[in-house]
Amino acid sequence: MWPRTRLGQPTGYIMSITNDQRVATAAPQKPAFHPSMLLYDQRYRSITIQIFALFLLMLGAAWLIDNVVNNLRLLGRTFSFNFLWQSAGYDINQRPIEYDSTMTHGRAALVGFLNTIILAILGCALATVIGVIAGVLRLSKNWLVSRLVTFYVEIFRNIPTLIWILIFGAVMAESMPAPSAFRGDNASSSMIFDAIAVTNRGIYIPSIQFQTELGVLPIGPFAPSLNWILILAVIIAGIFANKQLIAHANRLQSETGIRPKTWWKSILLLLLPVGVILVALGAYLDYPELRGFNFTGGLHLRNSFLAMWLGLSLYTGAFIAEIVRGGILAVSKGQTEAAFALGLQPGKTMRLVILPQAMRVIVPPLISQYLNLTKNTSLGLAVGYMDLRSTLGGITINQTGRELEGMLLLMAVYLVISLTISGLMNVYNSRVKLKER
Amino acid sequence: MSNVEAHTVAYVRDTMIAQQSPPLAESGAIRWLRSNLFSGWLNSVLTVVSLLAIFLAVKAIAPWLLNAVWNAGSLAECRAILDGATGACFAVIRDRWHQLLFGFYPPQFYWRPVLALVLLFVAIAPVLFTGLPRKMLIFSALYPFIGYHLIWGGSAWFPVSVLLGFVAGVAAYVILRNLNGLVAIFGAIMAPFAWWFLAAGPFDAAMSAAIPLGLDFVRSDRIGGFLIALIVGVTAIALSLPVGIILALGRQSDMLFLKTICVVFIEFIRGVPLITLLFSASLLLNYFLPPGTTFDLILRVIIMVTLFASAYMAEVIRGGLAALPKGQYEAADALGLDYWKAQRLIIMPQALKISIPGIVNTFIGLFKDTTLLVFIAILEPLALANAIRADTNWNGIYWELFIFIGALFFIFCFGMSRYSMYLEQKLKTDHR
Repeated sequence: MWPRTRLGQPTGYIMSITNDQRVATAAPQKPAFHPSMLLYDQRYRSITIQIFALFLLMLGAAWLIDNVVNNLRLLGRTFSFNFLWQSAGYDINQRPIEYDSTMTHGRAALVGFLNTIILAILGCALATVIGVIAGVLRLSKNWLVSRLVTFYVEIFRNIPTLIWILIFGAVMAESMPAPSAFRGDNASSSMIFDAIAVTNRGIYIPSIQFQTELGVLPIGPFAPSLNWILILAVIIAGIFANKQLIAHANRLQSETGIRPKTWWKSILLLLLPVGVILVALGAYLDYPELRGFNFTGGLHLRNSFLAMWLGLSLYTGAFIAEIVRGGILAVSKGQTEAAFALGLQPGKTMRLVILPQAMRVIVPPLISQYLNLTKNTSLGLAVGYMDLRSTLGGITINQTGRELEGMLLLMAVYLVISLTISGLMNVYNSRVKLKER
Repeated sequence: MSNVEAHTVAYVRDTMIAQQSPPLAESGAIRWLRSNLFSGWLNSVLTVVSLLAIFLAVKAIAPWLLNAVWNAGSLAECRAILDGATGACFAVIRDRWHQLLFGFYPPQFYWRPVLALVLLFVAIAPVLFTGLPRKMLIFSALYPFIGYHLIWGGSAWFPVSVLLGFVAGVAAYVILRNLNGLVAIFGAIMAPFAWWFLAAGPFDAAMSAAIPLGLDFVRSDRIGGFLIALIVGVTAIALSLPVGIILALGRQSDMLFLKTICVVFIEFIRGVPLITLLFSASLLLNYFLPPGTTFDLILRVIIMVTLFASAYMAEVIRGGLAALPKGQYEAADALGLDYWKAQRLIIMPQALKISIPGIVNTFIGLFKDTTLLVFIAILEPLALANAIRADTNWNGIYWELFIFIGALFFIFCFGMSRYSMYLEQKLKTDHR
């Protein structure tokens, strides 16, 4: 690209170094600095280019900021986030925390943020389940099953998410029976196991309620129920105790060669405390019931949520299936054969030999799929799911006219979510990574 | 010894028995069924479950498809023809296919986008298939101007004057090259801008006045449907690859400051959803430009989608660069190649080959992401589906529109993924 003048340069440069070295003891001769070296000498050129780039960048940034300041002045506005403390005045249908329309825009944004997080976590979980099952089945020797799964993967991968979300939204709203179909003696629809009602207004499932409420724990804007915190703590303690038990069993095995039976102790440790606490709090299932024109009681999964959840999970699941398949195929056949030669059963071969190695290939692309799913939750607006994008980035911006501040805040929040996920998954990745010694 | 044996053995067969056919269970369809569908209890269960699923799906969908109505003016008419039976109403596609494909493009000019699409295939053919004559690449280079003129129309001298800017750049480089390499590059960058800002306008005006030549102008807001998805998709695909390569090289660079800029840019773009960037393009751009300036929404969208895709592209290519053995870089250095020559002749051909699957996946993702334009009021197919549904004639029609739009996207995306497989096979040089 830069002929003539440059081509001769490197050789001369190298020779001058060798000369320098040879005569170093006699007279350390440094080539005198010359302005043209800023362009032609590799040592200085990179500095020149970087300073030039810095200059351009600052010029560009100054231009943009100047424009923003001018535009805001012309519009008679200031740059401020005060609107977050003004009354929102709009309702949100899915409220993980207390919210009504008299609360602030900031509170509405928080509700939206929680909805985004709920959708992202549930979506990633379901997508992983679907993806792993589909990925393994696609490798199945069963001709029919592998063809079916291939069909699923190809059709979901090659059609945009947004279309899938809209399709699932339409399926829920158009193809499901209305609540009135459940009424009467010869109802055309019935609840599944008398517990789950699938209607065109969403799915109603039983929810867990308590007779004794321990109250709430007020931390800032959140007010989590103490009951649930207690149950969570007991579950975590159970898992921890189980880990200790297994570690103890491992120690005994390495000392004596005999492994004590642990399975019933594990089950006891994991389930008994939770059962006790549930009974103590008087937990019961609250079943949905048809009252008037609609179902009441139980947990209402709205159409918007279901469309987003199914659409995103099935779409991302198709990608995860390909990743899982690729990961399993990447483990060479010799590993399986070696495991069989050692006398391991197929199940143990998969669990102890194939999967740990496949995980190394699977995890990095899996992270980016989780990130994609999380970012795709921002499509909620299409079916009216009230996520961060619909509350802060939608209604709030429209009502207050604070596009600039709202969008910047929105981007910052998504950026933080993305960086957190990739950070967490990178920690996990470095743990399963091949340790080269 | 052999003598003894000959005496003691009473009977020795001296002709071969004719070959028997294998047992019935080990041949033909039965064997295939047994080994592929019913090889164990788990497989048998899976097979039965899949058959059941297929049966239920076919039972649900087949009558709907078989009863499809293709000739009707409205959904009510469709239902009247069906007379209570379930059936699809593909009449809506027959009635509105032109809208789904072209948006509100003037019907008398439909030949223009169609011709542009045909020429697009001619233009990308030499890029996709190396067997074709290399001279065709000249047409590929000219295609952006031809395509623009065919779709938007207006004075033919406008694309010509833009093209002349590039010609000016090349000319400046060729003239100045003998003088000094750096000056030549500086000239090659400055000459086009000088032409566009100073001479292009008067040239365009003068030539249009002297020789009025061109097609009827079509406003951007009339372009829609699958046409807009293709315009945005193809342009952003073509632009994101070079930008992505530059970003990837910047991220690999030793220059700390350039590297930081690239890392921050890539991580920012990858960290936010595309929809926020599109909103920035439609809502916020007015804040960042001098008061009073504005430019075409489609152009803004193309820029944003390109930036978005190029950040992903950069990561894909960085993966390819990282996968190259260090010896390749050292060999290039040992041959005395400078940075750009080493990249062009040794590093990039191998790195790009490694990253083909990722690159094509990014292309496919980009093309699918054009559906998000529905959120910023661009008439892409989903927006038109909503518009069709808003019409009283077609109020309440869902599946037929989704199937049509989905099928169009599927054809393009599936085609791209198959091409990438073909390319991988063709470029595979390891002997396995």
